[in-house]
Amino acid sequence: MDERLYDQAAKEAFPEYNVKNMISLEMPDGSGQVLLTEFGQLDRSRYLDPRTASVAVVDHVKQVCTEVRPADDEDLPSAYVEGFRFSVDAALMKYVDDAFQGGECSVYCTKGKDVEKSGGEFELTVVICNSSYSPKNFRGGCWQSVWRVLINEELRTATLQGTISVNAHYFEEGNVQLESSRKFNDTVTLQDGKDAGTTIVHVIEHLESVYLSSLEEQYSNLSDRTFKELRRKLPVTRTLFQWDKALQLSLTREITREFSNKR
Amino acid sequence: MEAAMDLMRRMPPSLSQQALDSLLALLPAHSSQLLSRSDQPLQVAWDEEFDKDYLLCDYNRDGDSYRSPWSSKYKPELEDGVQPSAELRKLEQEANEVFSIYRDQYYEGGISSVYVWEPEDGKGFAACVLIKKDGSDAGDGRRGLLQEGSWDAIHVIEVKEDEDHQFGHYCLTSTVMLALTTANQSSGPFSLSGSITRQMESDLSIENGHLCNIGRLVEEMESKLRNGLDQVYFGKTKEVVFTLREPLGVMSATSHVGQSLQRMIVNDLGRSR
Repeated sequence: MDERLYDQAAKEAFPEYNVKNMISLEMPDGSGQVLLTEFGQLDRSRYLDPRTASVAVVDHVKQVCTEVRPADDEDLPSAYVEGFRFSVDAALMKYVDDAFQGGECSVYCTKGKDVEKSGGEFELTVVICNSSYSPKNFRGGCWQSVWRVLINEELRTATLQGTISVNAHYFEEGNVQLESSRKFNDTVTLQDGKDAGTTIVHVIEHLESVYLSSLEEQYSNLSDRTFKELRRKLPVTRTLFQWDKALQLSLTREITREFSNKR
Repeated sequence: MEAAMDLMRRMPPSLSQQALDSLLALLPAHSSQLLSRSDQPLQVAWDEEFDKDYLLCDYNRDGDSYRSPWSSKYKPELEDGVQPSAELRKLEQEANEVFSIYRDQYYEGGISSVYVWEPEDGKGFAACVLIKKDGSDAGDGRRGLLQEGSWDAIHVIEVKEDEDHQFGHYCLTSTVMLALTTANQSSGPFSLSGSITRQMESDLSIENGHLCNIGRLVEEMESKLRNGLDQVYFGKTKEVVFTLREPLGVMSATSHVGQSLQRMIVNDLGRSR
Protein backbone atom coordinates (compact mmCIF):
# COMPACT_ATOMS: atom_id res chain seq x y z
CA MET A 1 0.00 0.00 0.00
CA ASP A 2 2.82 2.40 0.93
CA GLU A 3 4.75 1.49 -2.24
CA ARG A 4 1.75 2.28 -4.44
CA LEU A 5 1.13 5.57 -2.65
CA TYR A 6 4.76 6.58 -3.08
CA ASP A 7 4.72 5.69 -6.78
CA GLN A 8 1.53 7.65 -7.32
CA ALA A 9 2.84 10.68 -5.48
CA ALA A 10 6.24 10.46 -7.16
CA LYS A 11 4.67 10.26 -10.64
CA GLU A 12 2.95 13.57 -9.94
CA ALA A 13 5.64 15.34 -8.01
CA PHE A 14 8.80 14.48 -9.94
CA PRO A 15 7.83 15.79 -13.38
CA GLU A 16 6.66 19.03 -11.82
CA TYR A 17 9.87 19.35 -9.83
CA ASN A 18 12.13 18.46 -12.73
CA VAL A 19 10.62 20.96 -15.14
CA LYS A 20 10.24 23.74 -12.59
CA ASN A 21 13.87 23.34 -11.58
CA MET A 22 15.02 22.94 -15.18
CA ILE A 23 17.16 19.92 -14.46
CA SER A 24 19.58 18.75 -17.12
CA LEU A 25 20.09 15.10 -17.98
CA GLU A 26 22.92 13.37 -19.80
CA MET A 27 21.84 12.08 -23.19
CA PRO A 28 22.86 8.43 -23.65
CA ASP A 29 24.31 8.98 -27.14
CA GLY A 30 27.01 11.22 -25.69
CA SER A 31 25.78 14.33 -27.46
CA GLY A 32 25.55 16.37 -24.28
CA GLN A 33 22.88 17.39 -21.80
CA VAL A 34 19.20 17.99 -22.40
CA LEU A 35 17.48 20.71 -20.39
CA LEU A 36 13.98 19.88 -19.16
CA THR A 37 11.83 22.97 -19.56
CA GLU A 38 8.23 23.79 -20.36
CA PHE A 39 9.43 25.24 -23.67
CA GLY A 40 10.86 21.99 -24.90
CA GLN A 41 8.18 19.74 -23.46
CA LEU A 42 6.50 17.70 -26.19
CA ASP A 43 4.63 15.56 -23.70
CA ARG A 44 5.09 14.33 -20.15
CA SER A 45 8.17 12.26 -20.90
CA ARG A 46 9.57 13.69 -24.15
CA TYR A 47 11.66 16.83 -24.36
CA LEU A 48 13.14 18.59 -27.36
CA ASP A 49 16.82 19.50 -27.41
CA PRO A 50 17.07 22.18 -30.12
CA ARG A 51 20.85 22.13 -30.17
CA THR A 52 21.07 18.54 -31.39
CA ALA A 53 17.62 18.58 -33.05
CA SER A 54 16.70 15.50 -31.08
CA VAL A 55 14.02 14.34 -28.68
CA ALA A 56 14.99 12.95 -25.30
CA VAL A 57 12.82 10.38 -23.57
CA VAL A 58 12.96 10.82 -19.83
CA ASP A 59 12.18 8.84 -16.68
CA HIS A 60 11.23 11.61 -14.28
CA VAL A 61 11.33 9.62 -11.07
CA LYS A 62 14.75 8.13 -11.79
CA GLN A 63 15.88 11.48 -13.27
CA VAL A 64 17.48 9.77 -16.20
CA CYS A 65 17.32 10.16 -19.99
CA THR A 66 16.55 6.70 -21.31
CA GLU A 67 16.57 7.29 -25.04
CA VAL A 68 17.40 9.86 -27.72
CA ARG A 69 15.80 10.04 -31.17
CA PRO A 70 16.11 12.56 -33.97
CA ALA A 71 13.28 15.11 -33.79
CA ASP A 72 10.47 15.15 -36.35
CA ASP A 73 10.57 17.97 -38.89
CA GLU A 74 7.29 19.30 -37.53
CA ASP A 75 8.91 19.92 -34.12
CA LEU A 76 11.80 21.87 -35.64
CA PRO A 77 11.87 25.46 -36.92
CA SER A 78 12.36 26.46 -40.56
CA ALA A 79 15.92 26.74 -41.83
CA TYR A 80 15.50 30.51 -41.81
CA VAL A 81 14.52 30.65 -38.13
CA GLU A 82 17.07 27.98 -37.27
CA GLY A 83 19.77 30.26 -38.62
CA PHE A 84 18.93 32.82 -35.96
CA ARG A 85 18.40 30.20 -33.28
CA PHE A 86 21.80 28.69 -33.98
CA SER A 87 23.52 32.06 -33.90
CA VAL A 88 21.95 32.97 -30.53
CA ASP A 89 22.77 29.52 -29.13
CA ALA A 90 26.43 29.79 -30.14
CA ALA A 91 26.85 33.21 -28.52
CA LEU A 92 24.86 32.03 -25.49
CA MET A 93 27.04 28.99 -24.91
CA LYS A 94 30.11 31.18 -24.81
CA TYR A 95 28.47 33.59 -22.34
CA VAL A 96 27.23 30.79 -20.10
CA ASP A 97 30.63 29.15 -20.16
CA ASP A 98 32.25 32.40 -19.00
CA ALA A 99 29.73 33.49 -16.39
CA PHE A 100 28.00 30.39 -15.08
CA GLN A 101 30.29 27.66 -13.84
CA GLY A 102 28.42 24.44 -14.42
CA GLY A 103 25.43 26.18 -15.96
CA GLU A 104 23.30 24.86 -18.80
CA CYS A 105 21.40 26.72 -21.48
CA SER A 106 19.15 26.28 -24.47
CA VAL A 107 17.41 28.33 -27.15
CA TYR A 108 13.95 27.32 -28.33
CA CYS A 109 11.74 28.69 -31.05
CA THR A 110 8.49 29.32 -29.24
CA LYS A 111 6.52 31.27 -31.87
CA GLY A 112 6.53 31.41 -35.65
CA LYS A 113 8.75 28.40 -36.20
CA ASP A 114 7.62 28.07 -39.80
CA VAL A 115 8.37 31.69 -40.69
CA GLU A 116 10.47 32.17 -43.83
CA LYS A 117 12.54 35.18 -44.84
CA SER A 118 10.42 38.38 -44.89
CA GLY A 119 7.58 36.31 -43.51
CA GLY A 120 7.06 38.19 -40.27
CA GLU A 121 8.08 37.91 -36.66
CA PHE A 122 9.17 34.88 -34.71
CA GLU A 123 10.11 34.34 -31.07
CA LEU A 124 13.10 32.61 -29.59
CA THR A 125 13.19 31.74 -25.91
CA VAL A 126 16.58 31.73 -24.25
CA VAL A 127 16.88 29.68 -21.07
CA ILE A 128 19.82 29.65 -18.66
CA CYS A 129 19.90 27.52 -15.55
CA ASN A 130 22.64 27.05 -13.02
CA SER A 131 22.08 25.24 -9.80
CA SER A 132 24.36 24.02 -7.10
CA TYR A 133 23.38 21.73 -4.25
CA SER A 134 25.83 20.73 -1.60
CA PRO A 135 23.97 19.23 1.36
CA LYS A 136 27.19 18.36 3.15
CA ASN A 137 28.14 22.02 3.06
CA PHE A 138 24.59 22.90 4.04
CA ARG A 139 24.06 25.08 1.03
CA GLY A 140 22.23 25.17 -2.26
CA GLY A 141 20.93 27.58 -4.82
CA CYS A 142 19.58 28.06 -8.30
CA TRP A 143 19.71 30.80 -10.95
CA GLN A 144 17.20 30.71 -13.78
CA SER A 145 16.81 33.21 -16.59
CA VAL A 146 14.16 33.05 -19.28
CA TRP A 147 14.42 35.57 -22.11
CA ARG A 148 11.68 35.87 -24.72
CA VAL A 149 13.20 37.39 -27.85
CA LEU A 150 10.83 38.62 -30.53
CA ILE A 151 12.71 39.09 -33.80
CA ASN A 152 11.35 41.23 -36.59
CA GLU A 153 13.80 41.06 -39.46
CA GLU A 154 11.99 43.68 -41.58
CA LEU A 155 12.23 46.25 -38.80
CA ARG A 156 15.62 44.84 -37.83
CA THR A 157 14.65 44.68 -34.16
CA ALA A 158 14.88 42.15 -31.39
CA THR A 159 12.59 42.86 -28.45
CA LEU A 160 13.61 41.14 -25.24
CA GLN A 161 11.45 40.32 -22.22
CA GLY A 162 13.36 38.58 -19.49
CA THR A 163 12.77 37.16 -16.04
CA ILE A 164 15.63 36.22 -13.78
CA SER A 165 14.87 34.23 -10.62
CA VAL A 166 17.36 33.33 -7.98
CA ASN A 167 17.18 31.41 -4.78
CA ALA A 168 19.88 30.51 -2.31
CA HIS A 169 19.78 28.44 0.86
CA TYR A 170 22.21 28.07 3.74
CA PHE A 171 21.28 25.79 6.60
CA GLU A 172 24.20 24.95 8.87
CA GLU A 173 22.74 25.17 12.38
CA GLY A 174 20.12 27.53 11.14
CA ASN A 175 17.98 28.01 8.06
CA VAL A 176 18.26 31.07 5.87
CA GLN A 177 16.92 31.55 2.37
CA LEU A 178 17.11 34.20 -0.30
CA GLU A 179 14.49 34.62 -3.00
CA SER A 180 14.84 37.28 -5.58
CA SER A 181 13.64 37.99 -9.10
CA ARG A 182 13.64 40.74 -11.68
CA LYS A 183 11.95 41.44 -14.96
CA PHE A 184 13.56 43.29 -17.84
CA ASN A 185 12.38 44.76 -21.12
CA ASP A 186 14.65 46.00 -23.88
CA THR A 187 14.79 46.40 -27.63
CA VAL A 188 17.92 46.25 -29.73
CA THR A 189 18.63 46.96 -33.38
CA LEU A 190 20.01 44.13 -35.50
CA GLN A 191 22.67 45.68 -37.64
CA ASP A 192 23.82 44.55 -41.07
CA GLY A 193 27.01 42.63 -40.94
CA LYS A 194 26.74 42.10 -37.20
CA ASP A 195 25.88 38.64 -35.97
CA ALA A 196 22.34 38.72 -34.52
CA GLY A 197 23.20 36.15 -31.87
CA THR A 198 26.12 38.16 -30.54
CA THR A 199 24.01 41.33 -30.40
CA ILE A 200 21.16 39.67 -28.55
CA VAL A 201 23.32 37.79 -26.04
CA HIS A 202 25.29 40.96 -25.41
CA VAL A 203 22.09 42.62 -24.18
CA ILE A 204 21.26 39.63 -22.01
CA GLU A 205 24.73 39.64 -20.52
CA HIS A 206 24.50 43.33 -19.78
CA LEU A 207 21.08 43.16 -18.13
CA GLU A 208 22.02 40.13 -16.05
CA SER A 209 25.07 42.03 -14.84
CA VAL A 210 22.83 44.97 -13.94
CA TYR A 211 20.71 42.59 -11.87
CA LEU A 212 23.76 41.17 -10.14
CA SER A 213 24.89 44.69 -9.24
CA SER A 214 21.52 45.54 -7.78
CA LEU A 215 21.75 42.38 -5.65
CA GLU A 216 25.16 43.48 -4.49
CA GLU A 217 23.67 46.80 -3.48
CA GLN A 218 20.80 45.19 -1.59
CA TYR A 219 23.26 43.07 0.35
CA SER A 220 25.49 46.01 1.19
CA ASN A 221 22.53 47.97 2.52
CA LEU A 222 21.30 45.09 4.65
CA SER A 223 23.32 45.53 7.79
CA ASP A 224 23.10 49.27 8.28
CA ARG A 225 19.81 50.18 6.67
CA THR A 226 17.38 47.38 5.84
CA PHE A 227 17.89 45.35 8.98
CA LYS A 228 17.32 48.41 11.13
CA GLU A 229 13.63 48.30 10.24
CA LEU A 230 13.49 45.10 12.24
CA ARG A 231 16.01 45.65 14.99
CA ARG A 232 18.70 48.26 15.48
CA LYS A 233 22.27 47.18 16.20
CA LEU A 234 22.27 49.50 19.22
CA PRO A 235 19.82 52.00 20.74
CA VAL A 236 19.96 55.59 19.48
CA THR A 237 22.21 56.38 22.44
CA ARG A 238 24.84 54.10 20.83
CA THR A 239 25.40 52.38 24.15
CA LEU A 240 24.06 49.15 25.52
CA PHE A 241 20.75 49.25 27.35
CA GLN A 242 21.08 50.55 30.90
CA TRP A 243 19.37 47.76 32.78
CA ASP A 244 20.02 49.13 36.26
CA LYS A 245 18.71 52.59 35.31
CA ALA A 246 15.63 51.06 33.72
CA LEU A 247 14.93 49.12 36.90
CA GLN A 248 15.21 52.28 38.97
CA LEU A 249 12.83 53.97 36.56
CA SER A 250 10.26 51.24 36.83
CA LEU A 251 10.56 51.19 40.62
CA THR A 252 10.01 54.96 40.70
CA ARG A 253 6.96 54.55 38.51
CA GLU A 254 5.59 51.87 40.83
CA ILE A 255 6.17 54.02 43.94
CA THR A 256 4.46 56.97 42.25
CA ARG A 257 1.58 54.72 41.32
CA GLU A 258 1.30 53.43 44.90
CA PHE A 259 1.29 57.01 46.17
CA SER A 260 -1.41 58.18 43.81
CA ASN A 261 -3.48 55.08 44.64
CA LYS A 262 -3.33 55.81 48.36
CA ARG A 263 -4.55 59.42 47.97
CA MET B 1 9.48 12.25 12.96
CA GLU B 2 13.13 12.58 11.93
CA ALA B 3 12.18 13.04 8.30
CA ALA B 4 9.52 15.57 9.31
CA MET B 5 11.98 17.60 11.39
CA ASP B 6 14.56 17.45 8.58
CA LEU B 7 11.95 18.87 6.25
CA MET B 8 10.98 21.62 8.67
CA ARG B 9 14.61 22.63 9.05
CA ARG B 10 14.92 23.20 5.32
CA MET B 11 11.59 24.70 4.31
CA PRO B 12 11.62 28.34 3.27
CA PRO B 13 10.92 30.12 6.57
CA SER B 14 8.06 32.06 5.00
CA LEU B 15 6.29 28.77 4.30
CA SER B 16 6.91 27.23 7.70
CA GLN B 17 3.30 27.59 8.87
CA GLN B 18 2.05 25.95 5.69
CA ALA B 19 4.63 23.19 6.00
CA LEU B 20 3.69 22.53 9.62
CA ASP B 21 -0.01 22.40 8.74
CA SER B 22 0.72 19.88 5.98
CA LEU B 23 2.84 17.71 8.27
CA LEU B 24 0.14 17.80 10.96
CA ALA B 25 -2.34 16.56 8.38
CA LEU B 26 0.01 13.75 7.35
CA LEU B 27 1.19 12.75 10.82
CA PRO B 28 -1.66 13.46 13.26
CA ALA B 29 -0.22 10.95 15.75
CA HIS B 30 2.90 13.09 16.10
CA SER B 31 1.10 16.41 16.42
CA SER B 32 2.21 17.27 19.95
CA GLN B 33 5.86 16.58 19.10
CA LEU B 34 5.64 18.53 15.86
CA LEU B 35 4.09 21.51 17.58
CA SER B 36 6.57 21.58 20.44
CA ARG B 37 9.66 21.07 18.29
CA SER B 38 9.01 23.54 15.51
CA ASP B 39 9.04 27.26 16.04
CA GLN B 40 6.31 29.37 14.55
CA PRO B 41 5.88 33.15 14.43
CA LEU B 42 4.22 34.54 17.54
CA GLN B 43 0.53 35.30 17.63
CA VAL B 44 -0.93 38.41 19.19
CA ALA B 45 -3.93 38.99 21.45
CA TRP B 46 -5.45 42.17 22.85
CA ASP B 47 -5.84 42.97 26.54
CA GLU B 48 -8.92 45.24 26.69
CA GLU B 49 -8.40 46.24 30.30
CA PHE B 50 -4.89 47.58 29.73
CA ASP B 51 -5.37 48.58 26.08
CA LYS B 52 -2.26 46.63 25.11
CA ASP B 53 -1.15 43.77 22.87
CA TYR B 54 0.36 40.63 24.30
CA LEU B 55 2.04 37.61 22.76
CA LEU B 56 0.92 34.00 22.92
CA CYS B 57 3.01 30.94 23.69
CA ASP B 58 2.80 27.66 25.54
CA TYR B 59 3.97 29.28 28.78
CA ASN B 60 0.97 31.60 29.16
CA ARG B 61 -1.53 29.04 27.89
CA ASP B 62 -4.01 27.07 29.94
CA GLY B 63 -6.23 24.88 27.78
CA ASP B 64 -7.32 27.15 24.95
CA SER B 65 -6.97 30.39 26.90
CA TYR B 66 -3.99 32.71 27.11
CA ARG B 67 -2.99 34.87 30.08
CA SER B 68 -2.15 38.53 29.57
CA PRO B 69 1.10 39.69 31.24
CA TRP B 70 -0.58 43.05 31.98
CA SER B 71 -3.83 42.08 33.70
CA SER B 72 -2.81 38.46 34.36
CA LYS B 73 -6.32 37.51 33.18
CA TYR B 74 -7.10 34.75 30.72
CA LYS B 75 -8.74 35.25 27.39
CA PRO B 76 -11.13 33.53 26.76
CA GLU B 77 -12.05 33.82 30.43
CA LEU B 78 -10.98 31.00 32.66
CA GLU B 79 -11.96 30.39 36.27
CA ASP B 80 -8.95 29.01 38.17
CA GLY B 81 -6.52 29.43 35.30
CA VAL B 82 -2.88 28.77 36.23
CA GLN B 83 -1.33 31.84 37.90
CA PRO B 84 2.26 32.48 39.00
CA SER B 85 2.91 32.89 42.74
CA ALA B 86 2.66 36.43 44.15
CA GLU B 87 6.46 36.72 44.24
CA LEU B 88 6.90 35.52 40.67
CA ARG B 89 4.03 37.72 39.49
CA LYS B 90 5.81 40.76 40.91
CA LEU B 91 8.97 39.81 39.03
CA GLU B 92 6.87 39.23 35.92
CA GLN B 93 5.29 42.69 36.11
CA GLU B 94 8.63 44.37 36.57
CA ALA B 95 10.14 42.38 33.74
CA ASN B 96 7.35 43.35 31.37
CA GLU B 97 7.84 47.03 32.14
CA VAL B 98 11.60 46.97 31.78
CA PHE B 99 11.57 44.86 28.61
CA SER B 100 9.04 47.29 27.15
CA ILE B 101 11.60 50.03 27.43
CA TYR B 102 14.34 47.75 26.06
CA ARG B 103 12.08 46.82 23.20
CA ASP B 104 11.35 50.41 22.38
CA GLN B 105 15.02 51.31 22.27
CA TYR B 106 16.08 48.47 20.01
CA TYR B 107 12.94 47.89 18.00
CA GLU B 108 11.35 51.35 17.82
CA GLY B 109 7.94 49.73 18.14
CA GLY B 110 6.88 46.12 18.28
CA ILE B 111 5.31 44.07 21.04
CA SER B 112 6.93 42.30 23.99
CA SER B 113 5.70 39.95 26.68
CA VAL B 114 7.44 38.21 29.58
CA TYR B 115 6.02 35.21 31.43
CA VAL B 116 7.48 33.76 34.62
CA TRP B 117 6.75 30.39 36.17
CA GLU B 118 8.05 27.82 38.59
CA PRO B 119 9.59 24.78 36.87
CA GLU B 120 8.43 21.25 37.61
CA ASP B 121 11.31 20.43 39.95
CA GLY B 122 10.38 23.44 42.08
CA LYS B 123 13.93 24.77 42.06
CA GLY B 124 14.57 28.34 40.98
CA PHE B 125 12.29 29.80 38.32
CA ALA B 126 11.92 30.05 34.56
CA ALA B 127 10.93 32.89 32.29
CA CYS B 128 10.33 33.53 28.64
CA VAL B 129 10.82 36.83 26.91
CA LEU B 130 8.95 37.24 23.63
CA ILE B 131 9.44 40.06 21.17
CA LYS B 132 7.58 40.58 17.91
CA LYS B 133 8.23 43.34 15.40
CA ASP B 134 6.48 44.12 12.14
CA GLY B 135 8.95 46.27 10.26
CA SER B 136 6.95 46.59 7.07
CA ASP B 137 5.87 49.91 5.68
CA ALA B 138 2.30 49.09 6.75
CA GLY B 139 3.48 48.11 10.25
CA ASP B 140 6.06 49.71 12.50
CA GLY B 141 8.68 50.31 9.82
CA ARG B 142 9.86 53.90 10.04
CA ARG B 143 11.90 54.21 6.91
CA GLY B 144 9.57 52.70 4.32
CA LEU B 145 12.20 50.21 3.22
CA LEU B 146 10.30 47.01 3.65
CA GLN B 147 7.25 45.70 1.90
CA GLU B 148 7.29 42.89 4.38
CA GLY B 149 9.30 42.57 7.55
CA SER B 150 8.90 40.42 10.62
CA TRP B 151 11.09 39.53 13.55
CA ASP B 152 10.01 37.04 16.21
CA ALA B 153 12.26 36.33 19.15
CA ILE B 154 11.61 33.68 21.77
CA HIS B 155 13.96 33.53 24.74
CA VAL B 156 13.53 30.90 27.44
CA ILE B 157 15.60 31.25 30.59
CA GLU B 158 16.05 28.80 33.43
CA VAL B 159 17.39 30.33 36.60
CA LYS B 160 18.80 28.50 39.62
CA GLU B 161 20.44 30.08 42.64
CA ASP B 162 23.44 28.64 44.44
CA GLU B 163 23.17 27.63 48.11
CA ASP B 164 24.37 30.99 49.47
CA HIS B 165 22.03 32.88 47.14
CA GLN B 166 25.00 34.89 45.90
CA PHE B 167 25.15 33.60 42.38
CA GLY B 168 22.60 32.66 39.82
CA HIS B 169 23.05 30.05 37.10
CA TYR B 170 21.28 31.12 33.92
CA CYS B 171 20.55 28.88 30.98
CA LEU B 172 19.19 30.74 27.97
CA THR B 173 17.79 29.18 24.78
CA SER B 174 16.86 31.68 22.11
CA THR B 175 15.22 31.42 18.71
CA VAL B 176 14.91 34.24 16.24
CA MET B 177 12.75 33.98 13.13
CA LEU B 178 12.83 36.73 10.59
CA ALA B 179 11.57 37.56 7.13
CA LEU B 180 12.07 40.66 5.03
CA THR B 181 11.18 41.77 1.53
CA THR B 182 12.47 45.11 0.28
CA ALA B 183 10.08 47.61 -1.20
CA ASN B 184 12.11 48.87 -4.12
CA GLN B 185 9.68 48.42 -6.99
CA SER B 186 12.13 48.93 -9.82
CA SER B 187 14.64 46.32 -8.83
CA GLY B 188 12.23 43.48 -8.23
CA PRO B 189 11.53 41.55 -5.02
CA PHE B 190 14.45 40.72 -2.76
CA SER B 191 13.42 38.46 0.11
CA LEU B 192 15.48 37.05 2.89
CA SER B 193 14.09 34.85 5.60
CA GLY B 194 15.67 32.75 8.27
CA SER B 195 15.65 31.28 11.70
CA ILE B 196 18.35 30.31 14.14
CA THR B 197 18.45 28.93 17.65
CA ARG B 198 21.34 29.25 20.07
CA GLN B 199 22.01 28.48 23.70
CA MET B 200 24.06 30.27 26.30
CA GLU B 201 24.86 29.53 29.95
CA SER B 202 26.24 31.92 32.52
CA ASP B 203 26.94 32.26 36.22
CA LEU B 204 26.39 35.79 37.48
CA SER B 205 26.33 37.52 40.85
CA ILE B 206 22.84 38.34 42.02
CA GLU B 207 23.82 41.64 43.67
CA ASN B 208 21.82 43.62 41.07
CA GLY B 209 18.97 41.15 40.99
CA HIS B 210 17.92 38.51 38.50
CA LEU B 211 16.15 40.87 36.12
CA CYS B 212 19.33 42.79 35.40
CA ASN B 213 21.18 39.57 34.62
CA ILE B 214 18.41 38.16 32.46
CA GLY B 215 18.19 41.44 30.60
CA ARG B 216 21.91 41.56 29.88
CA LEU B 217 21.96 37.96 28.66
CA VAL B 218 18.98 38.47 26.38
CA GLU B 219 20.52 41.64 24.99
CA GLU B 220 23.85 39.91 24.37
CA MET B 221 22.15 36.96 22.74
CA GLU B 222 19.95 39.12 20.50
CA SER B 223 22.95 41.08 19.28
CA LYS B 224 24.81 37.86 18.53
CA LEU B 225 21.85 36.45 16.63
CA ARG B 226 21.20 39.66 14.73
CA ASN B 227 24.82 40.00 13.70
CA GLY B 228 25.11 36.31 12.95
CA LEU B 229 22.09 36.33 10.68
CA ASP B 230 23.10 39.53 8.99
CA GLN B 231 26.78 38.86 8.43
CA VAL B 232 27.24 35.12 8.42
CA TYR B 233 23.99 33.65 7.27
CA PHE B 234 22.81 36.23 4.78
CA GLY B 235 26.42 36.59 3.67
CA LYS B 236 26.49 32.91 2.78
CA THR B 237 23.42 33.23 0.59
CA LYS B 238 25.19 36.04 -1.24
CA GLU B 239 28.19 33.76 -1.72
CA VAL B 240 25.94 31.10 -3.23
CA VAL B 241 24.47 33.55 -5.75
CA PHE B 242 27.82 34.99 -6.76
CA THR B 243 29.18 31.49 -7.28
CA LEU B 244 26.23 30.59 -9.52
CA ARG B 245 26.70 33.68 -11.65
CA GLU B 246 30.07 35.39 -11.50
CA PRO B 247 30.39 39.10 -12.06
CA LEU B 248 32.18 39.42 -15.40
CA GLY B 249 35.23 41.60 -15.71
CA VAL B 250 36.03 41.15 -12.04
CA MET B 251 39.65 40.35 -11.32
CA SER B 252 39.32 37.86 -8.51
CA ALA B 253 41.70 34.95 -8.14
CA THR B 254 38.93 32.38 -8.34
CA SER B 255 36.71 33.90 -11.04
CA HIS B 256 36.78 32.49 -14.52
CA VAL B 257 37.92 35.79 -15.94
CA GLY B 258 40.52 36.24 -13.21
CA GLN B 259 42.03 32.83 -13.83
CA SER B 260 42.27 33.23 -17.59
CA LEU B 261 43.84 36.63 -17.07
CA GLN B 262 46.33 35.09 -14.65
CA ARG B 263 47.29 32.53 -17.27
CA MET B 264 47.70 35.26 -19.87
CA ILE B 265 49.97 37.29 -17.60
CA VAL B 266 52.08 34.28 -16.65
CA ASN B 267 52.50 33.38 -20.31
CA ASP B 268 53.44 36.93 -21.23
CA LEU B 269 55.98 37.09 -18.43
CA GLY B 270 57.48 33.81 -19.59
CA ARG B 271 57.80 35.13 -23.16
CA SER B 272 59.35 38.46 -22.26
CA ARG B 273 62.35 36.93 -20.48
